[in-house]
Amino acid sequence: MATIPSDAPVARSLASDRKSGFPWLLAVAFALTLVGSLRVAEVDPRLLVERDALANVGRFVAGAWPPRVSAEFLGLMARPVAETIQISVTGTLFAVLIGFPLGILATSTLMWRGVLHERRVQRRRWLLGLPVYAVARALLSVFRAIPEYVWAFMFVRAVGLGPFPGVLAIGIAYGGMLGKVYSEILESVDPRPLETLQAAGASRMAVVFYGLVPQALPTFVSYTLYRWECAIRASAILGFVGAGGLGQQIELSMRMFQFDEVLTLLATLFVLVALVDFISGRLRARLL
Amino acid sequence: MSRPPAAMTVRPARAPASWAIAAAAVALVVWSAHGAGVDFVTLFGGEAIRQIGLYVARLFPPDLSPVALRAAAVGAVETFAISFVGSLLSVMIALPLAIATMRTLLYRGALYEGQQLHASRRLAGVAVYAAAKAILNVLRTIPEIVWALIFVFMVGLGPFPGVLALGLHTGGVLGKLFGEVLEDVDPRPLEALQATGATRRQILLYGVLPQAAPQFLSYALYRWEVNIRAAAIMGFVGAGGLGSQIHIAISLFLEQQLLTLILAVYVIVTLVDALSAWLRSRLV
Amino acid sequence: MYRLREITKVFGRETSALDGVTLHVAPGEHVAVIGPSGAGKTTLFRLLNLALRPTSGSLRFEGADVATLSDAALRQARTRIGTIYQQQNLVGRLRVVHNVLAGHLGRWSTAAALASLVRPREVETASAALARVGIGEKLYARTDELSGGQQQRVAIARVLVQDPDVVLADEPVSSVDPSLAVTLITLLRDLSDESRKTLLVNLHSVDLALSFFPRIVGVRAGRVAFDLPPDRVTVDLLEALYAGDRDDEAQLERLRDGYDPFGRACRPLTGFRP
Repeated sequence: MATIPSDAPVARSLASDRKSGFPWLLAVAFALTLVGSLRVAEVDPRLLVERDALANVGRFVAGAWPPRVSAEFLGLMARPVAETIQISVTGTLFAVLIGFPLGILATSTLMWRGVLHERRVQRRRWLLGLPVYAVARALLSVFRAIPEYVWAFMFVRAVGLGPFPGVLAIGIAYGGMLGKVYSEILESVDPRPLETLQAAGASRMAVVFYGLVPQALPTFVSYTLYRWECAIRASAILGFVGAGGLGQQIELSMRMFQFDEVLTLLATLFVLVALVDFISGRLRARLL
Repeated sequence: MSRPPAAMTVRPARAPASWAIAAAAVALVVWSAHGAGVDFVTLFGGEAIRQIGLYVARLFPPDLSPVALRAAAVGAVETFAISFVGSLLSVMIALPLAIATMRTLLYRGALYEGQQLHASRRLAGVAVYAAAKAILNVLRTIPEIVWALIFVFMVGLGPFPGVLALGLHTGGVLGKLFGEVLEDVDPRPLEALQATGATRRQILLYGVLPQAAPQFLSYALYRWEVNIRAAAIMGFVGAGGLGSQIHIAISLFLEQQLLTLILAVYVIVTLVDALSAWLRSRLV
Repeated sequence: MYRLREITKVFGRETSALDGVTLHVAPGEHVAVIGPSGAGKTTLFRLLNLALRPTSGSLRFEGADVATLSDAALRQARTRIGTIYQQQNLVGRLRVVHNVLAGHLGRWSTAAALASLVRPREVETASAALARVGIGEKLYARTDELSGGQQQRVAIARVLVQDPDVVLADEPVSSVDPSLAVTLITLLRDLSDESRKTLLVNLHSVDLALSFFPRIVGVRAGRVAFDLPPDRVTVDLLEALYAGDRDDEAQLERLRDGYDPFGRACRPLTGFRP
């Protein structure tokens, strides 16, 4: 027991607990943001329990049950359901076509730095890669920052109603997300096989397609499938602005106060989403 | 899907299944492209691309008049507020529901090996679990925009229904994610706490939540990034934020104002993404 | 303190971990439990700290049959048993102070427990306990930043704060180096002696068991193989105890080298001074 000191410096450790002001600053910033946001967002929980609000809920619930399952209505739904799936698949394909090339151009280790460029530094050829890289990054950033919903509305204006603007919207917005993730995956790829290829005299295109892409492919496909899961949800919603699919029907039924139809449509959406999650989950499990 | 050939020769038993999947995928894509009215050959250089080009040309230059800038700024602040309060609300909804789906705390697992659980108490535990799961499924299945429509219907136009919509939908999403984190918590410290005579609520406070907190925070921040985008479209159904102005600008063909608003969306979304990434690196 | 009669514990359908254990432990006794891995030692300890229920047989703690205890009484009984585990029983992300104060949970209300996470209560008990185990300066450190040995000291400090009647230690030193193991076992023994606590330690190291404990219980295949004072534990008994256990052959080899042929105590680890 002699080895154990009995007078431990408790006071000092108490002081060390307070050494950083960061948590306090963060708490104050959080509180101020919250107070301001509550005001701006006009949050007023009393509205929820007002008689009008409750009566509206009552009307909604009473109108929604039982869900509409007549053969006529179900037959009417077949087309929007098929369209939703079609928009999600084509939109995701479009996203890959946009995201893959941009993702490669936005990969720093390919464009201007890292092992592939060590000998070129002296000749300043990397100055060529940098602007292309910056433009690709900026494009991806704009594509994914604008919600697919806004894209869809703009494309409806540009090319008219129907599923096509939905495809374009998902393609652009998800292309931005896929491109960013693709470039992150490529940047984390083991660089040693690339060096070997380059040392063997392979061109840069060859290095990309023989060294880089094969290593990254399973992760690419897995993430793309995950995006497809998100796309099925999105494509069901884009109909709200006239871009086809289930959303158009949901909005229509909602506006006409046909809540029993809304319930059926939501249940269908649930099944559809669950189905896609299941398929995609199985495929991803096989890949990784 | 498209595996490297080497993998197929190593595992020949799986090759037929892989071909079947690939064939099914191709069929799905062809059917989808046809049904969605997309013809990739005529798209580029066709009528569609010309129309898009014309539309994009009309967006420029953005309307930078003080009135337009002010409107965009006000909308951006409101969008931020909706996403912030909505995300906070979603955490408040998700947390209790996720705890109610933690079966290892409710009625089974290591914490219950030392006692004979009364049948009625076990049943109560199962009922709580099932009810919480069902609520989470409903919250999650209904998309934000549908929730927004419902709440606009309930409490009227304005940002508040947008907050409620984000809170409920994201509450369902986060509740599911939080629940997965909770079931993965290391049970050994929990058993040690129980061995000191701690109650279940105390085990939750001292063992479960401290272990889960960083993951919770990380998920909440991630959903905030999703919510800032969702908040920007809430206005399409009358639930506040930049969306209502975007809706008006598109409907009335005010393309130059539209570009200003889209730039505002870009700024606020990028800002929240950066803030979230910074907080994650500092706190998690 | 403990009276176990014909205890069996079966996991799943037929994996029998304990197969008829009868054991009495008197208040204030110090007992070391040894045996090959898979013998059922850990199961025995989880029964003793009331985390498991026996499949059959009776387990009495302080005279009360554990099987008949209500929820509240069970929790009450648990507050009187302190447990130290092999490792990883602390919450790494909490500060040391909270892990130590968790020893109070049996006495605190939920509200008090919650309040303490914000502003630690009865901090002096935690700092005294930490000082007692030699790491007083770590009060506000993050627990996962401590070394393995320091974490075991935190676990011991928690038991000090809990102040139970029995201390159970399940392989407390199997993940620390030998000299630290001696320090920790000494610490456990002295702390239990001071407040007349009953001490049961499950040990992988036969050297430590024979050197520090007046009563040795050998467990093999879910049964008590022997229950003797250390000077009557012979190499033959130990060889029978560990027969077929490859991991422990080296340990037995060492033991045989240091073994006194007259059947008395084993020599402690070289370089060790009690």
